[in-house]
Amino acid sequence: MKTIRIGSGAGFAGDRIEPAIELAEHGGLDYLGFECLAERTIALAQGERLRDPAAGFDPLLVARMRAVLRPCAARGVRIITNMGAANPLGAARATAAVARELGLAGLRIAAVTGDDVLEHLRGGEDALLEREGTVASLGETILSANAYMGAEGIVAALRGGADVVITGRVADPALFLAPLIHEFGWAMDDWERLGQGTVVGHLLECAGQITGGYFADPGYKDVPDLARLGFPIAEVAADGSAVISKVPGSGGRISLATCKEQLLYELLDPTAYLQPDVVADFSAVRFTELGRDRIAVRGGSGRARPATLKVSVGYLDSFVGEGQMSYAGPGAAARGRLALAIVRERLALTGVRTTETRFELIGVDAAHLTGDPAPFAEPPEVRLRVVGRTASLAEAVRIGNEVETLYTNGPAGGGGAWKSARQIVAVVSTLIARERVVPALHYEVA
Amino acid sequence: MRLRELAHARTGDKGDTSQISVIAYDPGDYAWLAEHVTEARVRAHFAAIVQGEVTRYALPALGALNFVLTAALAGGVTRSLALDPHGKTLASLLLELDLPDRQRPASA
Repeated sequence: MKTIRIGSGAGFAGDRIEPAIELAEHGGLDYLGFECLAERTIALAQGERLRDPAAGFDPLLVARMRAVLRPCAARGVRIITNMGAANPLGAARATAAVARELGLAGLRIAAVTGDDVLEHLRGGEDALLEREGTVASLGETILSANAYMGAEGIVAALRGGADVVITGRVADPALFLAPLIHEFGWAMDDWERLGQGTVVGHLLECAGQITGGYFADPGYKDVPDLARLGFPIAEVAADGSAVISKVPGSGGRISLATCKEQLLYELLDPTAYLQPDVVADFSAVRFTELGRDRIAVRGGSGRARPATLKVSVGYLDSFVGEGQMSYAGPGAAARGRLALAIVRERLALTGVRTTETRFELIGVDAAHLTGDPAPFAEPPEVRLRVVGRTASLAEAVRIGNEVETLYTNGPAGGGGAWKSARQIVAVVSTLIARERVVPALHYEVA
Repeated sequence: MRLRELAHARTGDKGDTSQISVIAYDPGDYAWLAEHVTEARVRAHFAAIVQGEVTRYALPALGALNFVLTAALAGGVTRSLALDPHGKTLASLLLELDLPDRQRPASA
């Protein structure tokens, strides 16, 4: 029975490099996927591309390609990634340059474009999903609009003989669903298989999050050797059922518990996981332990895909200013609270206008937001944090400055002042009819 | 006892919505968890955080519950002022939940 082995080489843009090399060399792979594109990355990358037309793709693309192209080319492992961000064509050219440098002449690299729908939507009356208003209401602040495409463009690139496929915005599981469609010839309306393939893609897309990363809780959930965490491999059969494993000897642990946590990660209604290619149903998924670090998965299904695609719209939202200061020793929390009160009064006295603020003590109530911290022991140290949203950079700067003046004007013993002021690029969503999003392919040959 | 003794949890985020899975270590504890870890308990636990609704989805085959919390992330990761804008720490906070002591069946 034919099976396909797919590895996951990165679960976010800044992920470790070496686990993908280990997979390429020792994973017995057919495909290696890299998911590197967070929600707002394209909006930020669009700005870089405006400054430099050759930029706008993932800043680690060249380092990752330099690490894995040779072992992948030597073993016929095909690479699929969304590291193209705002410039898949530029990313394909940069990858071809790395391939030539490595002596891999003839390597075929496909760029999949078509996700950029800014010119379709700019100024339009399409409703925003998260809040009142339309795309038009964003006015001149709009930076980018990218539709979540499905597997279609990647499948076409694989049929076209690409060794490396680089996309912009596609649904994360589609990076892993596409090679299954290509290899097994699944129909694009075979909802059950597309649903099970989406389960496999979802389990792989966060890389180390299924092999024991983001899981350890000493004494409750122990995981060996996290500094050498191995990334996952799915060995998938033609019906979509799969076995999740990793390279023997690598760090981490794959168990029923790690698989369940990752299956449910970022899932809302388990019976309706909305994807461009299918509405996947995870509610009847079953895991079976076959052996150490080997878990079988089956039972995913699905129904007809939605008529619309989700679009991430990046825009200039606001400015945020922030300052931090530490207090330690007896009375640390009391001095921290006094300092917060001083900064609050100073921002009012000096007329810094904010639309939203937080005055908090890290170590007491900055992340621990479930109620009264009183039952907990007095902390040996706290870190004051004041953050506020403003309409201008100048006002954002003044928030951090007021924290910094606690040095000589505030309570005793404040140390380690830190401040920042930054413009916020935020993301909202809208929907677009799928007919308006057409993938296009371009090839670069090394 | 605390929820942490019977279950593990992970948080995910989609825009301003947080999602927290609660998974029984022992599938035999699932029905008991489903009885005690209710939407109302979770809403009360996160009263200071969740501005929207709490919806619970049951996954008995996995021994898991999935909680979806809307308007829970101060506008979502791209514009939140929170120290933890993803709300990644919320799963650990949920494991603080106080539950009655679990009386195990004698045969178990």
